Amino acid sequence: MGLESLFKESGFFTTTIDALVAWSRKSSVWPMPMGISCCAIEMMAVADPKYDIARFGSEVMRFTPRQCDLMIVAGTVTYKMAPVVRKIYDQMPEPKWVIAMGACTATGGIYRTYSVVQGIDQFVPVDLYLAGCPPRPDNLLNALIAIQDKIGRTKAADFKNAELPELNEIQNN
Amino acid sequence: MDSELKEVHPKIIQALLDAETDITVEDALENEMILNMGPQHPATHGVLRLVLRLDGETVIACVPELGYLHRGYEKLAENMSYYEFIPHTDRLDYISPMANNVAWVLAVEKLAGIEAPPRAQYIRMMVAELARITSHLVAIGTFAMDVGALTILLWTFREREKILDIWDMLCGARFTNSYTRIGGVANDVQPEVLAKVKWFLDQFNDNLTECEKLLNTNRIFIERLDGIGVISKEDAIDFGFTGPNIRACGVEFDLRRAQPYLKYQEIDFNIPVYSEGDCLARYFVRADEARESAKIVRQILEKMPQGEILLNQPKKVLPKKAEIYTKMEELINDFMIVNFGINPPTGEIYHAIEGSKGELGFYLVSKGEGHPWKCKIRSPSFCNLQALPKLVVGHMISDVVVIIGSLDPIMGEADK
Amino acid sequence: MISADSLSQKLINQFPETNFDISEYRGEITIQFPKKIVIDLCKFLKYDSELEFLLCEDITAIDWAKRKERFTVVYHLYSFKNNLRLRFKTNIDESEQSGGKAGYSIDSVTSVWQAANWQERETYDMYGINFKGHPDLRRMYMPEDFEYYPLRKDFPLMGIPGSIPLPKK
Repeated sequence: MGLESLFKESGFFTTTIDALVAWSRKSSVWPMPMGISCCAIEMMAVADPKYDIARFGSEVMRFTPRQCDLMIVAGTVTYKMAPVVRKIYDQMPEPKWVIAMGACTATGGIYRTYSVVQGIDQFVPVDLYLAGCPPRPDNLLNALIAIQDKIGRTKAADFKNAELPELNEIQNN
Repeated sequence: MDSELKEVHPKIIQALLDAETDITVEDALENEMILNMGPQHPATHGVLRLVLRLDGETVIACVPELGYLHRGYEKLAENMSYYEFIPHTDRLDYISPMANNVAWVLAVEKLAGIEAPPRAQYIRMMVAELARITSHLVAIGTFAMDVGALTILLWTFREREKILDIWDMLCGARFTNSYTRIGGVANDVQPEVLAKVKWFLDQFNDNLTECEKLLNTNRIFIERLDGIGVISKEDAIDFGFTGPNIRACGVEFDLRRAQPYLKYQEIDFNIPVYSEGDCLARYFVRADEARESAKIVRQILEKMPQGEILLNQPKKVLPKKAEIYTKMEELINDFMIVNFGINPPTGEIYHAIEGSKGELGFYLVSKGEGHPWKCKIRSPSFCNLQALPKLVVGHMISDVVVIIGSLDPIMGEADK
Repeated sequence: MISADSLSQKLINQFPETNFDISEYRGEITIQFPKKIVIDLCKFLKYDSELEFLLCEDITAIDWAKRKERFTVVYHLYSFKNNLRLRFKTNIDESEQSGGKAGYSIDSVTSVWQAANWQERETYDMYGINFKGHPDLRRMYMPEDFEYYPLRKDFPLMGIPGSIPLPKK
């Protein structure tokens, strides 16, 4: 049926562990949909039949951070919400990646006000900034492909000396 | 227990335990439990946070905590001109941006004392009704998903995408449109768009019926909704319900009928009303209203007149782009409006439309300057959410999810 | 249907010693009243059989910055019976509070409409106006330990840097 049917007898191939692990990692990125506001609706639209994120192996959107390796922060992060985002990020197992989806997540966008964090990179590391207010679903797919490229380039050595981060004390309320 | 409670602010705990003053936080949990739900929870439709007090699985008390999406709209509005605020209204109730645009420009026009030409009013009515359809589709889809029927979400999103395509053709943006302008709309509606709207309407009823068939004959769905979250007519009014939620309690209140704006007095439509006041009734109202909206759009297509789409009032309305580039007068007016605003006369107005969630109103106070002195957004989701603690008490945790879904709050609007 | 004239006549009959300032602008009726009768007035508007303003749509405040009576509290009501929307408002001045500090306060109308509960909390959060007799006067949007009132005119749009802590990176 598949590729293996071309072999007359049981075949084998050689590759590096790194390449195999990175390839399998990048082909099934499990996103953590951190849907906060408008962008969350476009993120839902990515999962719908028209755009169909399943084509890229990421349809398993889990609302628990412990099963995910890519956090898509979709929407305006306020100061009140920031500790929650950080806590969810801390709960995700290593290795993990973050997409800051939309202008307000990346920079505060049109909300230069007292309650909006001007860019989530002030408290979580961001791997990819995605422009748009909100980005079109095709653009989110584009971001997913870009982050798959980034994941595909990782090697085991990258994570060798990674320390488990200490959990931050989360402020009350 | 202590470590769990640490993350709940003492004042919230106090509000939760207030009913019985003889117990303290320390021994309250003998056989009761305090459960935190949200702000990151798939069923809270965004970032609503509930702190629940449970006895077993039954909810005894509930304290909603808002503000996780408070973006300071009212402060922003005081610091920008009336034109600049149009894109911000998109992001209030982000399921139906077009309806919010319409609400804002109608409020500003009332304040400035101008009125858009008839064709523009018909176009506004059309986009507002299409926005209501998308909103109710998303409401039904996510609601069904909360209850466990995932297929409906995919089907309603498929329908919604068709309307987003229409908007893409109409104004170039698929989701946050900012299509309306003070005194009219941004650009005329093209014949292809009207053809596409017609095509959409022709197949919409059948597709909605298809979705309804999956739900209305589904015993699990009906039994999870029937009799859950009942609110009486009097209570609903007392809590300030509007929109589909109040119509599910037997009150026939629809601003399109009660205080017609735009051209709704020329349109023939029914107001679906159910008297049960439970989650099932709220679902039925939304489904019926989507169908009614399709009917309204069909009439609009027949009645839409030809003519101007933008008022010719140089001091208040931005001139057309082509004229700005060729005529001196228009260039000056454009410069004045963009830099100093439209300066409506001193006064205060409140204008509300029947948005998809309920009465969406803007209260504007002008001091004769280019920016409002005060802008208050009366958001339906905020008022509808207020009854949540009353609705969930006595039900199971899994019903809390259903009740939130049936109220259909949008946190962008509730938190402002 | 009830007109502005008959409404004002009713109010004067009910509260003979009070000064009402009734105006109409763009077809909307506005009534200005002194703040001490707020609860009586609200009860009258809600329970009078000819008026029945059952739906409390909105409560908010306006900050006038430099006026002596700095805040105006604005109520919007709707009557299903008369299909009429009514705005009534009152100015409030700085006065002595229970804690000994000066502040702004008005009686809460939560006993009349339950809908007023969150609306008043929101107004308290944004303007720092104390609603006396409110069952649960907490902040609505901002974190509980936030010290400022964002919609006051002396609060900058960008806020006070560092007033709300961010988590460590």
